[in-house]
Amino acid sequence: MKQGNDRAKGRLGTGAMYHLMMLPGILFLLVFSYVPMVGVITAFQDYIPAKGMFGSKFVGLKHFIYMFKLPDIAQVFSNTLVIAIAKILLGTMMAIIFSILLNEIRIKFVKKSVQTIVYLPHFLSWVVLASVVVNMFSLDGIVNQILAFFGLENINFLGSNTWFQPLIIGTDVWKEFGYSSIVYLAAITSIDPGLYEAAGMDGASWWRKVWHITLPGMLPIILLMGVMSLTNILSAGFDQIYNLYNPVVYESGDILDTYVYRIGLVGRQYSFGTAVGLFKSVIGIVLLLSANHLAKKYTDRKIF
Amino acid sequence: MSYSVSLKDRIGRFVINAIVIFLALICLLPLWNIVAISFSSSEAVSANAVGLVPVNFTTAAYTKIIDDAQFWRSFGISVLRVVLTLILNMILIILMAYPLSKSKREFRGRNIYMNVMIFAMLFSGGMIPSYLLIKNLDMLNTIWSLVLPGAVPIFSVILVMNFFSAVPKALEEAAFIDGANPLQVLFKVYVPVSIPALATVALFSIVGTWNDFFSGLIYMTQVSNYPLMTYIQSLNVNIAELLQSGTNSAQLSNLTEISNKNLNAAKIVVAVIPLLLIYPLLQKYFVTGIVVGSVKE
Repeated sequence: MKQGNDRAKGRLGTGAMYHLMMLPGILFLLVFSYVPMVGVITAFQDYIPAKGMFGSKFVGLKHFIYMFKLPDIAQVFSNTLVIAIAKILLGTMMAIIFSILLNEIRIKFVKKSVQTIVYLPHFLSWVVLASVVVNMFSLDGIVNQILAFFGLENINFLGSNTWFQPLIIGTDVWKEFGYSSIVYLAAITSIDPGLYEAAGMDGASWWRKVWHITLPGMLPIILLMGVMSLTNILSAGFDQIYNLYNPVVYESGDILDTYVYRIGLVGRQYSFGTAVGLFKSVIGIVLLLSANHLAKKYTDRKIF
Repeated sequence: MSYSVSLKDRIGRFVINAIVIFLALICLLPLWNIVAISFSSSEAVSANAVGLVPVNFTTAAYTKIIDDAQFWRSFGISVLRVVLTLILNMILIILMAYPLSKSKREFRGRNIYMNVMIFAMLFSGGMIPSYLLIKNLDMLNTIWSLVLPGAVPIFSVILVMNFFSAVPKALEEAAFIDGANPLQVLFKVYVPVSIPALATVALFSIVGTWNDFFSGLIYMTQVSNYPLMTYIQSLNVNIAELLQSGTNSAQLSNLTEISNKNLNAAKIVVAVIPLLLIYPLLQKYFVTGIVVGSVKE
């Protein structure tokens, strides 16, 4: 094979050709991914734009120490974790339940239409969906109209520190449950139908079949997806929160990413923002490596 | 599976159908409500009278959009951005996925490249170093700041790489014997048989790029350079926040538009139309794409 190729081409070996194919992409990665990685040294400096990265003074861990002393930071961390974990847990549960129910639908038209509709919100951006959410949950929105109909008090969902987190979590589950159900649905269809028949012979009810066949059959995928989502635990969803929050709910709505944006970029505290971002990245990479290890150990599949 | 048609089963089946349809409606109706609002008169909208059917049907909001120069400018920037990103993404995905689909023995250095990619996926310098890089490259306020940083979608490269490595070896060997070089093999053998995977990643690219508002927000200092989602986002910004940050005349004119709920709704509908046009295509491929990408057996 190699000989034939060399004879025909004569100029460039296959190996060299492969390297050449990799070159443009690798260059892009070096410039746009690896140069910013070098840029994290600004986290250890008092970065002054005019002096640049090589002229600014090194200050060691000053910005990290400052970060841990900030009164907001504990709140920001806990917001990030609570929102992220709740999204993962509820989102996964919802997707699993939905995929099990959808799998039971025998009318093809219903099944297809439902799928088309529930996948749709995933493809719309939070810029668009924020308007939808605001429209639903504002003081005079439909949700409050329904509450009023049942004689309940109106709730200012978007301006209440009690309700903002549930709103963020709920609307994210709403946007993503259909799309995340795709993998679970694929997992269900790969379960051996013979198992269901055998269980049916033994007189198992629908519920028993789900509990003893479907769920165990899905378990490897559930574990894999769960492990993979660990890596998102410090990214509670910038786009969504940025588009929905306002100063009134900073207390309950600020997550690491929105905080870095507000303090670091808008407030031009470049070094401090980079330090918070770096901290987040490092935790993220540790989580991902642990997740990969766990995945290998419990599901026999590596993420990468 | 065989089903007895006992009454209990029928009720169960009916309940499941009802729940599933209910969930679908919950996904659809809030979106539909925005469409209805966009076709209603602004009086009806401010009176909260619009449900699922437009009240006092009018296309006034849409005729207003036609005169909104910035909307179309932003729309154009978004289209240009999607096209440039798509071309760049597809070229780089195909070129990188092919050598990476070879074994370590066939392509020496493969694992080094792979590690370079995976590390870039795992670790990033973060928002601020990226911003400073774009600034130092003098790319602020240019279309390139929206296109080049996302040139290599690593997840997509890996997805296509997996697809390529499943292509039967015999096809490639036959082409080599016929005297093809790797580039010819790639484009004449691999690309044609990998259309589903390539369509999937192409659609990821289009959707991701069209929907992104954040790069526009940080890399563009002038509203006139905003891509569409950033422009719409800037209209959505809370009035309180605008007043806080000190308003200039451009923002003030935005303020008057914000009160116009139906105009905003119409802008959102128009901004979503391009996605809805490719959605049928999208649906045909992405399910396989997702399954190939995440539950590879």
